[in-house]
Amino acid sequence: MDLILDGIRMAWHLLVTLDKEVLAVTLLSLKVSGLATLISLVIGVIGGTAIALADFPGKRLMVSVVNTSMGLPPVVVGLFVTIMLWRNGPLSRWEILYTPTAMVIAQTIIAAPIVMGISIAAIQNLPPDLRLQILALGASRRQMVWLLVREARLPLMAGIMAGFGGVISEVGASIMVGGNIKGYTRVLTTATVMETGKGNFDTAIALGVILLALCFAVNYLLTRVQQRERPR
Amino acid sequence: MKGKVRFSHGLSVLAMLVVFALSTTAGAASKNLILATTTSTQDSGLLDVLLPVFEKESGYFVKTIAVGSGQAMAMGEKGEADVLLVHSPEAEKKFMDKGAGSSRRLVMHNDFIIVGPAGDPAKIRGVKTSAEAFKKIAHSGSIFLSRGDNSGTHAKEKGLWKSAAVSAEGQKWYQQTGLGMGQTLNVAAEKKGYTLTDRATYLSMKKNLGLEILVEGDAKLLNIYHVIEVNPAKWPKVNSPAAKAFADFMVSKRTQELIGRFGVDKFGAPLFFPDAGKKPESLGL
Amino acid sequence: MNGDTVILEARDLVVRRGGAEVLSVPEFTLHERESVALIGPNGAGKSTMLLSLATLLQPSAGDILFHGSRVQASGGDTSYRRRIAMVFQEPLLFDTTVFDNVASGLKIRGVPRDEIRKRVGECLERFHIDHLADRSARRISGGEVQRTSLARAFATRPEVVFLDEPFIALDPPTRHALMVDLAQVLRDSGSSAIIATHDQMEALRLADRMMVMQGGRVVQSGTTAEVTAHPVNAFAASFVGMENVLTGSVVSSAGGMLTLDVAGRTMEIVGSGSPGERVVLCTHPEHVVVTTVDPHHRTSARNVFPGTVTRIVPLGAVHKVYLDCGFPLVASVTAHSLAELGMVPGSRVFASFKATSVHLYRKG
Repeated sequence: MDLILDGIRMAWHLLVTLDKEVLAVTLLSLKVSGLATLISLVIGVIGGTAIALADFPGKRLMVSVVNTSMGLPPVVVGLFVTIMLWRNGPLSRWEILYTPTAMVIAQTIIAAPIVMGISIAAIQNLPPDLRLQILALGASRRQMVWLLVREARLPLMAGIMAGFGGVISEVGASIMVGGNIKGYTRVLTTATVMETGKGNFDTAIALGVILLALCFAVNYLLTRVQQRERPR
Repeated sequence: MKGKVRFSHGLSVLAMLVVFALSTTAGAASKNLILATTTSTQDSGLLDVLLPVFEKESGYFVKTIAVGSGQAMAMGEKGEADVLLVHSPEAEKKFMDKGAGSSRRLVMHNDFIIVGPAGDPAKIRGVKTSAEAFKKIAHSGSIFLSRGDNSGTHAKEKGLWKSAAVSAEGQKWYQQTGLGMGQTLNVAAEKKGYTLTDRATYLSMKKNLGLEILVEGDAKLLNIYHVIEVNPAKWPKVNSPAAKAFADFMVSKRTQELIGRFGVDKFGAPLFFPDAGKKPESLGL
Repeated sequence: MNGDTVILEARDLVVRRGGAEVLSVPEFTLHERESVALIGPNGAGKSTMLLSLATLLQPSAGDILFHGSRVQASGGDTSYRRRIAMVFQEPLLFDTTVFDNVASGLKIRGVPRDEIRKRVGECLERFHIDHLADRSARRISGGEVQRTSLARAFATRPEVVFLDEPFIALDPPTRHALMVDLAQVLRDSGSSAIIATHDQMEALRLADRMMVMQGGRVVQSGTTAEVTAHPVNAFAASFVGMENVLTGSVVSSAGGMLTLDVAGRTMEIVGSGSPGERVVLCTHPEHVVVTTVDPHHRTSARNVFPGTVTRIVPLGAVHKVYLDCGFPLVASVTAHSLAELGMVPGSRVFASFKATSVHLYRKG
């Protein structure tokens, strides 16, 4: 218990003194996970909407695959991406193993199915006749899709939160493809694991507290947007 | 529509971020050096002192991948690392025999110690050799925590069991954590068990542990670090100029001095002992 | 009311689903400023027909012509869809304010903001929901929701409005109030309308013409007066058989009460109109009371007409009694009353109905 209190105290101290290293680690966490979430948002919402609206053979299978992928274990993704990016791997030309870019890729692979799965459900849960109603209002196909997405924005926002929450807190993939390199690919989760390994529990807890605060702040922000979107 | 504006806004932010993220990596390729090393060098903080000096002097960017010695050497064998800083002499020799490395140089050593609870149920305090201490632990059936992760420390520990003629594997009192040194120390403290640890990690964590040094000083307990350049003849993608620069840096006089001073101000004693240029035999190997 | 110009036409329209023909309409025309009601039970093909005509459903065969030129059925043809509007059973409002909902069709068309504000404002007023403009569409009552949906459709000033059972989910008072407003808007807007309904009152109130549908086919088509007065078969009769459909003209109007001349007799009916106007009156046989003595002094019914029983059709507990009062009239009388009154064909009787029990609509 003392340890946790010490950790919280230390987190506070690190934050108010704007500890350079902690700040850098926190910012990188935000940047990598934020970017991965944004890319997942584009891929997930576009892909999810397309799958939800289109009729094609194998659609159910596709939806099942996406839904299963919503729970991809980060370590498996990390391992897969690492092997792909190895110097002797198929994507070695990119030369991005142990870079933030590789972390973004891995996290996108984790988050995109989450956003896509929730997008599919969100679009499919809209009233079936809404598409016809929108077309009857004179909408072109593009306008219709846009209006449907807009109509599903609240569950979509939940999808984004779930995706972001999934990647900012994952450690398995980040440590594998990023390497936890100081000042370069060290993020909150990998730093927490490392500090725990070193036995610096107070620092580890402090980093954990910062991670929690960050998750809370981002979700709070999105929830605020969600609430404001809803007129009285 | 209002939302559309926001959406396109988001897209441009996204585009900017992608460009930004890529720009941090672009053009840095040949300047990158992948150093695969053991967790002990990173966790002790030694690399945090040495690497900025090297990076500043050489202009290379070092990507330190801190893993167990086993994994570090596996990375070297696959050409996924440029240079290794490891401490498993037996495995290193095999590594060199396979032609995976182009040069292997002695850098430094620190030492292992056997730590355990103050109560010392196996009565090993002050025992002269590690083999004798391990025998006593085995006979008393006291809990012993092993890393069990193929790290250099784990390899060392297995060697010690062998020389003590005890087959610990599978015994009830012999528990493998599969974790790093720091965490294994914590588990040992939690379970009031014995464990083999490097001095540096122990010293840096001492305050929270309640474990004491019970056996030290045996030549067999030395933990010897070599720097190995991965063989570019085998893996053309290896950044051998950078690897050579790093290896040269590690054995240079100035670096050796830095190594010798590291930890003195914090723990009152050095954590590593510079050995560059010495013969391994002089360390009792 | 309706001009002679044909605005929308369908030829040999066929929709098949799973091999079965769910709609087959050889011919359909809609004139400018005309309202047509498609009337029939669930599954009669009303919605299918509306969706096909609105090009929201790809028909298996047939042509749809708008102002004489063919429209691409169910394609990317927005030019046609931007000149029509559709209101569904389920209102399907967007999760935003009432104002934004009503504005949505205009926004889709890229109408300038000031123009949107003006036209939405007008539309909100016409449907009496201007006070709800800033409210969330998720937080208004069922009647207000349907008003919003109608306002959204009319805001784009469509040439043709398709209404698919727009009042089905509403309770009778709300439905009645909304119908009055919709009738007014339809008259004022100049839009043509096709209304799917299974409620004959709705059809009478809103439409000039009626098409009775059954099993995907049109079984009868004609003016509302024709169809209600002369259903072609028992099915049509069961659906639209108002049985008492009279034509007359307004003599005078005072205090919400009209004095009418019907076949030389004088009637007093609740409603509004101006002298000389031709009107159609409808009433259910249940609302016609038959007595053997003159009830003039004992009842509040203003309209009492002496007549003769021409025919009695027994229908179980209730009998249909056909009368000749100078105009034809049908009354429902219980078997019990019939026996008590001793009515037989040829009996002299008095028929009466209340001023409020007659539905009145203007004749085109």
